[in-house]
Amino acid sequence: MSSVVDKSKVPWWVSNLIVPIVNLILALLVSALFIFIAGENPIEAVKLIIYGSFGYIEGFAYTLYYTTNFIFTGLAFAVAFHCRLFNIGGEGQAYIGGLGVYFAAIHFSFLPVPIVWILAIAGAIVFGGAWAFIPAYLQAKRGSHVVITTIMFNFIASSLMIYLLVDVIRDTNQMGPHTIAVAKELWFPTFKEFGELIGIKVRYSPLNLSFLLAIAASVFVWFLVWRTKWGYEMRAVGHNTQAAIYAGISPYKNIIIAMVISGGLAGLLAINEVLGVHHKIVSGFPAGYGFTGIAVALMGRNHPIGIFPAALLFGILYQGGSEVTFDMPNISRYMFVAVQGVIILFSGALENLFRPQVESFFVNKLNIRKKG
Amino acid sequence: MEIFADLASLLNSTLRISTPLIFAAMAGLFAERSGVIDFSLEGKMLTAAFVAAVGSYYFGSPWLGLILAIIACVSLSMLHGFASVTHKGDQVVSCVAINILMIGLTTALAAAWFGQAGLTPTLTDEQRFLEITFPFADAIRSIPIIGFIYSDILSGHYIFVYLAYISVPIVFWIVFKTSFGLRLRAVGENPSAVDSAGINVFAMRYKALMINGVLIAFAGAHLSTAVNANFFREMSAGRGYLALAALIFGKWHPKTALIACLLFGFTDALQIRLQGVELPTIGTIPVQLIQAIPYVLTVVLLAGFVGKAIGPRAIGQPYIKER
Repeated sequence: MSSVVDKSKVPWWVSNLIVPIVNLILALLVSALFIFIAGENPIEAVKLIIYGSFGYIEGFAYTLYYTTNFIFTGLAFAVAFHCRLFNIGGEGQAYIGGLGVYFAAIHFSFLPVPIVWILAIAGAIVFGGAWAFIPAYLQAKRGSHVVITTIMFNFIASSLMIYLLVDVIRDTNQMGPHTIAVAKELWFPTFKEFGELIGIKVRYSPLNLSFLLAIAASVFVWFLVWRTKWGYEMRAVGHNTQAAIYAGISPYKNIIIAMVISGGLAGLLAINEVLGVHHKIVSGFPAGYGFTGIAVALMGRNHPIGIFPAALLFGILYQGGSEVTFDMPNISRYMFVAVQGVIILFSGALENLFRPQVESFFVNKLNIRKKG
Repeated sequence: MEIFADLASLLNSTLRISTPLIFAAMAGLFAERSGVIDFSLEGKMLTAAFVAAVGSYYFGSPWLGLILAIIACVSLSMLHGFASVTHKGDQVVSCVAINILMIGLTTALAAAWFGQAGLTPTLTDEQRFLEITFPFADAIRSIPIIGFIYSDILSGHYIFVYLAYISVPIVFWIVFKTSFGLRLRAVGENPSAVDSAGINVFAMRYKALMINGVLIAFAGAHLSTAVNANFFREMSAGRGYLALAALIFGKWHPKTALIACLLFGFTDALQIRLQGVELPTIGTIPVQLIQAIPYVLTVVLLAGFVGKAIGPRAIGQPYIKER
């Protein structure tokens, strides 16, 4: 194979910054090819994406709203991945998490607003976590592969939620399959309302308080994974299960903990969607954000500091992408699903494609500079 | 006689519904027996369905559509091999990438080329595969039992249905009775031993993936050019995952995997029959919950209530040649 570089000589910023950026550029080039095949000009598409996501304040607010969702689902995938578990079920866990938010907001609305919010957050975490618990238990105790069970649980969650939304908790005064709205005081304040508070006039955008919750969740994940005994044990199991067992760490316990926390984080997506945007459960609200979380986490190298820019990038692609689909009839929003796939391919499965070349290039360059 | 007609239609649809699962399970068997995880059956099935529908629409022949679908699926399998065999990337990540990529790309290209989000134009009868009626099916129908089995259950299927059931003994023969099969299984169990015997581990895994691509293409073509007359968004509907579950449940063995596929097919056929039917004491079960039955069954079976499934030993691990 090509030249092998001594890992210890490679500066951290080459392996954690330059290589991911090279991979991302490759992914975007392939994506440009797709846009070309679909019959549109990729350069025009990039211009539209940048205008749509940064060009005006509401556009940027939309970008951050999408970013919020991707932070939650990206963190969710990352936590499980540190234990070497592929939680592909973020979609279903977020959907079920919506129930927790809804029940807290409906049944405890007599309590002061901040307490209801806390209960709603707890509800999202508990319901999302519970939906991840069963696949986790089956993986830990029965060895059923978590990828298949979590995918199946996405299908089951979708059927269950449609059943509930049609037959059980539907707003009977309305046609569509959705619940009644939660009390108006409970709606998360939006960016527009913040703007009014400090005297800036902006038009409506779905960006809301959940964004700050997402930042808090990032800090929590960093602390959990790298600063607690739990996080250490989870990573130990993920890294080398046999060694972990030898060190007295129970893989069963950690598989379940990692998956439940992961499901809880995915559940938080429902806070953004239910309390922040729709104010009720609408059918299909997770809308693929759970799957995008996989790409976000892999691109962000499963670290909150990496997940934030990755989530922002996908926020840009989503918001800018909707601008593109508006202006370019040949591009549908599914093109951006394909782009996610390409990004997962290059920053996940093919992450080592050019790593040896890039690393040896920089190592040689640094050596020359030291000598000269 | 009412019950016979019901049973016939149930068994008839079981054979038909199991078909894509069988192709996918056999495809997965080759990849996984060689030590390469294949969660991307789903994405490849979807690709095959799309390419077969588009190919046969443009070229007017379902056979050309099938050939193009085979080329597309083999290419995706090679991509999976390139990422996970050659570059030793994570196999599950590679599969997830292929699945998400193809869910997006098939729908996006259908929208770009045909202007309808995720739909391809309806194929005419010349552009798709039709049911094959066995000779004398009508004449024999009146004979008790034999006529019922021959004319109502076995006759009148698409070519893929027959091919799927023929493929199972062939796969069995290749995997368990030929030297290629022996090497294939050895590569999945103990690649370094195979390597020291002078057999190229990477080449074996690529060959397995190539067969995998060919077989999965039949599953997709069955969906879009036989059972349906067009491609629609996410039409594989989790069948790739169900097939993989059947493979695991069947302990990576063609015969038991076939039984598992038939079980899933039967459940799905039953599920369709049960929709809107009033059952004694329970009443009508909501349609959404009935539709979830195959997925619940998958989870229950995988939970190993029928014994633990132990897969090929080297599965999921990239082979690193010692130097």
